[in-house]
Amino acid sequence: MAQPVELPDKIVVGPVIDEGHSLASVSDKIAGIVLKRKITLGWVFGFLIAFGFLQLLMAGATWLFVKGVGVWGINIPVGWGFAIVNFVWWIGIGHAGTLISAILLLLNQSWRNAINRFAEAMTIFAVMCAGMFPVLHTGRPWLAYWLLPYPNTMWLWPQFRSPLVWDVFAVSTYLTISAVFWYVGLIPDFATLRDSAKQLWKARIYGFLALGWRSSARHWQRYEKAALLLAGLSTPLVVSVHTVVSFDFAVAQLPGWHTTIFPPYFVAGAIYSGFAMVLTLMIPVRTFYGLEDIITIRHLNNMAKVTLATGMIVGYGYMFEAFFGYYSADIYEKFMIWNRMTGPYAVFYWCLIFCNVITPQFLWIKKLRTSPLMLWVVSIVVNIGMWLERFVIVITSLHRDFLPSSWGMYWPTRWDWAVYLGTLGLFMTCIFLFVRVLPMITIFELRMLLPGARVKEPVAQ
Amino acid sequence: MSAHAIEADPLYGLMAEFETAGELVAAARATREAGFKKFDAYSPVPIHELDDAMDLHDNRVSLFTLIGGLIGCCGGFGLASWVEAVALPLNIGGRPFISAPMYIPITFECTVLIGGLTAAISMILMNGLPSPYHPVFNVERFADASRSKFFLCIESGDPKFDRYQTVSFLEGLNPEEIAEVAR
Repeated sequence: MAQPVELPDKIVVGPVIDEGHSLASVSDKIAGIVLKRKITLGWVFGFLIAFGFLQLLMAGATWLFVKGVGVWGINIPVGWGFAIVNFVWWIGIGHAGTLISAILLLLNQSWRNAINRFAEAMTIFAVMCAGMFPVLHTGRPWLAYWLLPYPNTMWLWPQFRSPLVWDVFAVSTYLTISAVFWYVGLIPDFATLRDSAKQLWKARIYGFLALGWRSSARHWQRYEKAALLLAGLSTPLVVSVHTVVSFDFAVAQLPGWHTTIFPPYFVAGAIYSGFAMVLTLMIPVRTFYGLEDIITIRHLNNMAKVTLATGMIVGYGYMFEAFFGYYSADIYEKFMIWNRMTGPYAVFYWCLIFCNVITPQFLWIKKLRTSPLMLWVVSIVVNIGMWLERFVIVITSLHRDFLPSSWGMYWPTRWDWAVYLGTLGLFMTCIFLFVRVLPMITIFELRMLLPGARVKEPVAQ
Repeated sequence: MSAHAIEADPLYGLMAEFETAGELVAAARATREAGFKKFDAYSPVPIHELDDAMDLHDNRVSLFTLIGGLIGCCGGFGLASWVEAVALPLNIGGRPFISAPMYIPITFECTVLIGGLTAAISMILMNGLPSPYHPVFNVERFADASRSKFFLCIESGDPKFDRYQTVSFLEGLNPEEIAEVAR
């Protein structure tokens, strides 16, 4: 399907997939990582670190359930502390996966084929981490089902005019559809694993998951249609999710939140942080698993360009936040932006500007975009920057609002950190397990990039 | 099923193996032009030329997805309106009970949720999956269908199928190998 668009060599850096690969060799290479590769000491070491951090989540959540949300640093006026900062950060990270799997599919960008599985996995794990925070933040997670519309004896229903209820629907739909899309993409690859597995128990497990897929043309035809429809549905979905998240803020009357620029600026920020996270994870993985011939410099270069472009949109957002603070002639708006830049949290604001506006400018340099190590460093800085952005939006807007008598300060406690670092542990644990048990690159879509998948009908029939 | 079931094992069909995608498309086209109806092509990648060669134009997945999406759309808007106007009518800042613009996010998310689930489930079910057993897997080399090789199988249920004539027909298509598929 995806005929690569011909671009001049100046723009395209290297091939989408190294020459010398055949249908069989890519299948064996990716399936071999799951089926044949031994568990290395490095993997065990990394997994144990991630798993150790995961225990922090258990400890943090347990203490929270025992004592209540008072163990966190939240207070009045700052009722939304780390929980909402981290929620927005995680859900933003997820957005790159859907962008790569859905939007780039519709745009026929064949380079996505090598990275979409990994990015989608990242989406699902990030949304899992994100979803935990609002539930924990309620303080009574065992009553989380109250968020859903269900008939109850008190005949109480959610308020459908509230962005917080929209959020419940948006995030749960996002998680469900991402998981379904991911699984549909995995079915043909499960079949490959089933057919390549040497041990019976592996063949049985993957065979069960493959649902009996037999690569039939009649099946492929419906399959591709369904994949295209899912991509078409996911494309507006991914834009809607962070838009709805931004409504949580924008619909409020609070200076610093009540702006119309929030939806596009949040969506761009989400894709920006998501691509940074894909780079953060993928650069080490491609080195450790020897995938430089499949996730090529061209992929890194393209992802760096998306990061740069969305970073510029985010920078534009910051500029206009500041400009509207001044231009609104509203004393509270003016104070909010002034307080953000010079108040007690000013250091966070200027770090954020450094991370998100200045750092991505280095990506103009081609040499840097094609250097995995430098790109990795930039991606880490961007991840930190996007976390700071959410911190600045949530905390600095809340802590000094209209009435000086109701001002306050917010500082996270160790339990805030435990839960945040714990979700990082959960995320990394899932990633470590994922690269061992599932094909981290979509094998059948990789085959589609190869000349062997193209049709040249023989003349004599 | 086969009228010519001479051999002891019941025959599901005859399978030819091809080296390239082009040969498979040519073979599938020839098979259809020869009048066979019950046959299928198997390939490690989706091949769009096969849709034409085998006359595959099943659009029901799209139709079901549309229906699912519409159900989700009406259901989402209906739920929000019913809750806010009938079940628990509250005056929120003087807004109408059916505040249509504010129900759009719910309507949209429900549309995508039901539409997306319908697309995936209808694709799987119409493909006859999950199917724990299928005769084509009795051919040992068929394991390569999910890896690197291309196969065409003419089924014995086809009225034109004849164990011996069909073999010679398949031989005319220049396959790598021909195998009998046990049921």
